[in-house]
Amino acid sequence: MRKNKALTLYVVLVFSFLLIPLAIITVTAFGGESVIRFPISSFSLKWFVNVFKTHSFRKSFAASIIIAVTATLIAMLLGIPAAYALSKTKSRTSGFIKSLFLSPTIVPGIVIGFVLYQFLVITFKVPVYFGLLTGHFLVTLPYIIRVVGSSLEQFDFSVEEAAWSLGCRKPEAFFKVVLPNISSGISAAFMLSFINSFNNIPVSMFLTGPGVSAFPATLMNYIEYNYDPTVSAVSVLLMLCTMVLMIIVDRTLGIASMAG
Amino acid sequence: MKKSNMYILVVPGLLILFVCMALPLLKVLLPTLVSGDYPLSSYVEFFKDEYYLKILIRTVKIALITTVVCMIMGIPASYFISRCEKKWRGLLLAVSIFPLMTNSVIRSFAWINILGSNGIINSIMKAAGMIDRPLKLLYTEFAIIVGSVYLFLPLMIVTVSGVMENIDNDMMEAAQSLGANRLISFMKVIFPLSLPGIIVGGILVFTGTLTAYTTPQLLGGNKNLVMSTLIYQRAMAVGDWSSAAVVALIMIILTVLVIRIFNGIAARLDQRGE
Repeated sequence: MRKNKALTLYVVLVFSFLLIPLAIITVTAFGGESVIRFPISSFSLKWFVNVFKTHSFRKSFAASIIIAVTATLIAMLLGIPAAYALSKTKSRTSGFIKSLFLSPTIVPGIVIGFVLYQFLVITFKVPVYFGLLTGHFLVTLPYIIRVVGSSLEQFDFSVEEAAWSLGCRKPEAFFKVVLPNISSGISAAFMLSFINSFNNIPVSMFLTGPGVSAFPATLMNYIEYNYDPTVSAVSVLLMLCTMVLMIIVDRTLGIASMAG
Repeated sequence: MKKSNMYILVVPGLLILFVCMALPLLKVLLPTLVSGDYPLSSYVEFFKDEYYLKILIRTVKIALITTVVCMIMGIPASYFISRCEKKWRGLLLAVSIFPLMTNSVIRSFAWINILGSNGIINSIMKAAGMIDRPLKLLYTEFAIIVGSVYLFLPLMIVTVSGVMENIDNDMMEAAQSLGANRLISFMKVIFPLSLPGIIVGGILVFTGTLTAYTTPQLLGGNKNLVMSTLIYQRAMAVGDWSSAAVVALIMIILTVLVIRIFNGIAARLDQRGE
């Protein structure tokens, strides 16, 4: 492309808009004062220490990881077979069924949290924890269906038929031939749904109870009552995790797979 | 695949989806249709109530402005990314995806630091002698819009640049060799071809802003409620679960409506192109 100065300048501005706020947070995390100031006047790592000392952060972080992994695994268990079946039958019904599987994306997260809280927790006395898990399962399922589905679209099913004709039974062929061929799609689906479950807030807002709270919801409550650089420090730590995840994905699957 | 086999693989998922989503939705939201003195009376009340109506209009307004701003900022950026050399393209794409993977609490928190009364903008303006008292930037509709654009711009860029990448570079060169300048050839060639991606991006940003909770909660404050924060406020602070359910159903209908409208626009533009 020939260089277009106006366009380049515009794009530089757009990306500055995206990055400068995150850079500012990063700087404030190292400030010595007890309120957030930018630029900082003294250097300190105490806010990072404070993050690890805060019990509610530690506890809800672990809870959110467990919930994101469990929800994703359940969604994969139910979603991968469904995506497989849907990719092999192209009909009106299968199109309709696919849209049913994607329907949780149409329902706002806060509404999902709200109805699950009323239906499961209040009406049926289900523990809040399972309500939270259910909500996050609903968040992750569409990612599995979509990403695994599009990876199956590119799979040449004649390979599977070859396995059948060589005497491989159908379930065996699925595990030995189909699954290995879509493994990168499955990894991408896992990553995307894990990250989106971990980061999700609206679903978790209602589904908190004594001792049960998702990490972002805990963080949000903290912000509403405190204004110290602890949250900046948490942000820096989380951004570091995101970077590590992205580098791993880039090395293995290619960064474009995260665009899903 | 035999039909029976397909059902075996699909039914467990559908069943769980029914129990975990459809059933709770029906059980909680359907009664609102018949509650009150006459059918739909709760909805008539909602639309008669000036306070609620203002919140509904504010929600749609914020979503609309956010979508337009995301398009204005995102489309040129996407075009730039799609025409970059490969190594730059990967880097810029990574820079766009990074915010998407970062928690929305953090991304809203960033703007508290920038827009707050002791925030960066106010400090700079005070230091420059432009203002005596801090401007009220935080806890306004403006703050929600800035925060929402910040939240959803990466989504627009990633979606649109993905589509633009598949448009052959020769198209642009052909248009230019036939005498169109760069802007005209972009408008007549690249823009129409990437319209499906722009529409998808628009749907994602519009419905995303319409239903976002974190940003309006952290940047809007209690005076600038939107539909999603209204549900939470009604249910948790006031304990009025039935009007929370009314708001919830209106939000779902609004989301479906927006998707329909965008797809309708896409279909119409598609016809014009042929």
